[in-house]
Amino acid sequence: MELDSLYQEVILDHYKQPLHKGLSAEKTVQVHHVNPSCGDEITLNLLLEGDLVKDVTWDGVGCSISQASSSIMSDLVHGKSVEQALSILESFSELMSSKGSITGDEEILEDGVALAGVSKFPARVKCALLGWMAFKDAALQGRNKEKR
Amino acid sequence: MMTLLDVAAIKADFPIFEKKMRNDARLVYLDSGATSQKPNQVMAAEQYFYTHHNAAVHRGSHLLAEEASAAYEGARETVAAFLGAKNDDVIFTKSATESINLLAYSFSNTATGRFALGAGDEILLSEMEHHANLIPWQQLAKRTGATLKWFGVTPEGRLDLSTIDQLISERTKIVALTHQSNVLGTINPIEKISEAVRKVGAIFVLDACQSIPHFAVDVAELGVDFLAFSGHKILGPTGIGVLWGRADLLAAMEPFLFGGSMIETVTMESATWAPAPRKFEAGVPNMAQAVGLAAAIDYLNAIGMDKVHDHEVTLTKYALDGLRTIKGLTIIGPTDMASRGGVVSFALDGIHPHDGGQVLDQYGIAVRTGHHCAWPLMRKYGVSGTTRASFYIYNDLADIDALVEGIEATKKYFKVS
Repeated sequence: MELDSLYQEVILDHYKQPLHKGLSAEKTVQVHHVNPSCGDEITLNLLLEGDLVKDVTWDGVGCSISQASSSIMSDLVHGKSVEQALSILESFSELMSSKGSITGDEEILEDGVALAGVSKFPARVKCALLGWMAFKDAALQGRNKEKR
Repeated sequence: MMTLLDVAAIKADFPIFEKKMRNDARLVYLDSGATSQKPNQVMAAEQYFYTHHNAAVHRGSHLLAEEASAAYEGARETVAAFLGAKNDDVIFTKSATESINLLAYSFSNTATGRFALGAGDEILLSEMEHHANLIPWQQLAKRTGATLKWFGVTPEGRLDLSTIDQLISERTKIVALTHQSNVLGTINPIEKISEAVRKVGAIFVLDACQSIPHFAVDVAELGVDFLAFSGHKILGPTGIGVLWGRADLLAAMEPFLFGGSMIETVTMESATWAPAPRKFEAGVPNMAQAVGLAAAIDYLNAIGMDKVHDHEVTLTKYALDGLRTIKGLTIIGPTDMASRGGVVSFALDGIHPHDGGQVLDQYGIAVRTGHHCAWPLMRKYGVSGTTRASFYIYNDLADIDALVEGIEATKKYFKVS
């Protein structure tokens, strides 16, 4: 079924046991993002140490795609520099807007390539991007804060 | 007693049902609460207007202008008769959303007499309002300094009227309520509430988007002052909405949109307004869409609104019975058929509505998922969203069987027992 390209086993695993879910006490920035079309929400804490993404934790409600994607994202950016993290985010955004024409680089996106099928379901792309856009917002705010 | 329409004959008028959905599945359309499908008769009426009568209404001295005006005003007569109203009290807008915004802006443009609002005055709503009947009033309150109040909703999905005596007082200036909830299916006791509203002299605005398409409504019996609905939910085209209002209020009200058609006299410095309904219809209106809406009403009248209602009651009862056999499924809204329409919302344990809707789509089943433009209501019931099935004249029991089977298949897919 076409559906299996959307709901890969890896995604359902992340959905059932999300990584870095539950907000940390320590943070540089906290952001709250919503998907106004469906009501899904995410709160994300980002802890920076200079230019290093020291910790990313999140909490929220959403569908399997948004929850799995947030789980994968938080694990990917952990321990990276802000610049590296934003570059991974670029690759993921490119994959999401590909309409199924690319499969994604597993070296960069790791479990994230399991979300490639989402790009064939236009209504679900924003689900997959919810956590990533929250991270981007937090990273940009955090970087400004650290600079000051 | 099972009362059903001849769905096969009705479906033959709706070409969209010939469409093959994903995996070659037939279309099981359970999203009429969002928008209805259109019969050939409606599409043909729109096309006929363009091919035979197209001209700007109420201007020009040629034959086409005369015919276009007659078609447009004929559509107004059809709508008025359908509501039990007078022709001049029916205003065409582009949507129900515009109808309600028109009121909120006209009230603050007028700002005298019953339309005057300020600090200490109250606008009364309910927790089950669609955003279209919530945000225009929030904004009016912001502009004028008035306070928003609202009826709560009971756990069973009924309007909580236990506080009605406190909520409706001399301070109440506007009451804006939905006739039937687009999420819960609840039909609110408007006649009962309108009595209390009248006693304090407040203006009663009814959002009838989910009621007008589904059962006979007579504006005189309801006792409200204004009523809004949209064309596209009642088999009609998009781009056409209706606002009905009491003649004395329409006469006293300032317009919202200004421009051509709505004037009486104009100088470089000032202008005066044409009488209602023209005062509220600035610009060249959506003529073909008004004609299409009239064709939709003709279509429903030929079936009979009582039969439409009986059909939906049968479907809804059957759906509630079927859905309640599914383990882990919770109905959000009344589970008894008293004062309840053909909208059924539910939550499934362990499956987010968006994921469930995606699997149903693989079987050609179209449902609505999410917050249904009623975010405060979702918060009330502690869910981020629901799945909603809504019924109309082209649905039959097989559609509901497909829904129930589809939900079981969804549970299997996500390994939820």
